[in-house]
Amino acid sequence: MVIAVGLGLYLLNRRENISHRLRLTSVEPPLAPDFSLSTLSGEKLSLSDYRGKVVLLDFWATWCEPCREEIPHFVELQSHYRDQGLQIIGVSMDDGPEPVREFYRQFHMNYPVVMGNAKTGGLFGGVLGLPIALLIGRDGRIYSKHIGATDMAVLDREINARLQARETSETTP
Amino acid sequence: MNPPPKKRKSVLNVAAFVLLMSLAAAFAYQAGSIPTSQLLNPDELVKILQSPQGEKPLVIQVGSHVFYQQAHIPGSEYLGPASSESGLQQLRKRVARLPRNKFIVLYCGCCPWGHCPNVKPASDTLRAMGFTNVKVLYIADNFGADWVDKGYPTSKGE
Repeated sequence: MVIAVGLGLYLLNRRENISHRLRLTSVEPPLAPDFSLSTLSGEKLSLSDYRGKVVLLDFWATWCEPCREEIPHFVELQSHYRDQGLQIIGVSMDDGPEPVREFYRQFHMNYPVVMGNAKTGGLFGGVLGLPIALLIGRDGRIYSKHIGATDMAVLDREINARLQARETSETTP
Repeated sequence: MNPPPKKRKSVLNVAAFVLLMSLAAAFAYQAGSIPTSQLLNPDELVKILQSPQGEKPLVIQVGSHVFYQQAHIPGSEYLGPASSESGLQQLRKRVARLPRNKFIVLYCGCCPWGHCPNVKPASDTLRAMGFTNVKVLYIADNFGADWVDKGYPTSKGE
């Protein structure tokens, strides 16, 4: 009976967790808007400081269940690909930093988290649902956008592709 | 020393029961358990809001303030996330003096419907206070996809 309930819940979740992956089809992917926000420790973090790295920008919140499920996978990805040039940045859309700090500790997050706001969301066309993950190449351009829970196998392939790709920070002004 | 087979089976049954009850409790707190009769589709709410006739509902966003600031249903109020006790207190305070047959629409749109932690507690709270005309806006994926991208009326800011 437990297996049947578990299977039923898994199938129900799978339908909802299908990642709405938007492959950006423009000839030249758009440049990611720059922003400057404070991390949980009060330091300033600017997205442009990471030009030359592959950045996974994750919009999330502590109250968002699919976000909470993704983050352990992101922690693994950061560990695995850090030396090859992957940098994950979490943008929390919580109303305040207190629950985020506790979550950060509890989940042993190994990448910086900044506190997002309405202005940040507006820069990216409106962040009106979570989670949203953007994959940004070394040239600062957005190569894919995942709305909803991300298929980690797909994301892993995409990250690999961007890490191997030839675009550099010098190919785009 | 292993417990005898009968006792082991009994322990497993209890564990399975506890697991099932936990799962049922978790599910009951999620939006997916709200009866269909208490739901309103976005296009239906748009028609109600734009109609020159009929009672206009009090529309309350019960999710994220950051999301409300980016985009919200015009005329809707923000009182705090209903997944928190402080948000529920603000909700109770706001509606305390309203007639119990007041038409109220609650919405969130933070996450895919089955994962929303806000609309069910808000709806349950109002019903427990005796409100009889409460609807929850059914937002399948998120407010961006199911309202803003559909071109429905939107306001920004506080």
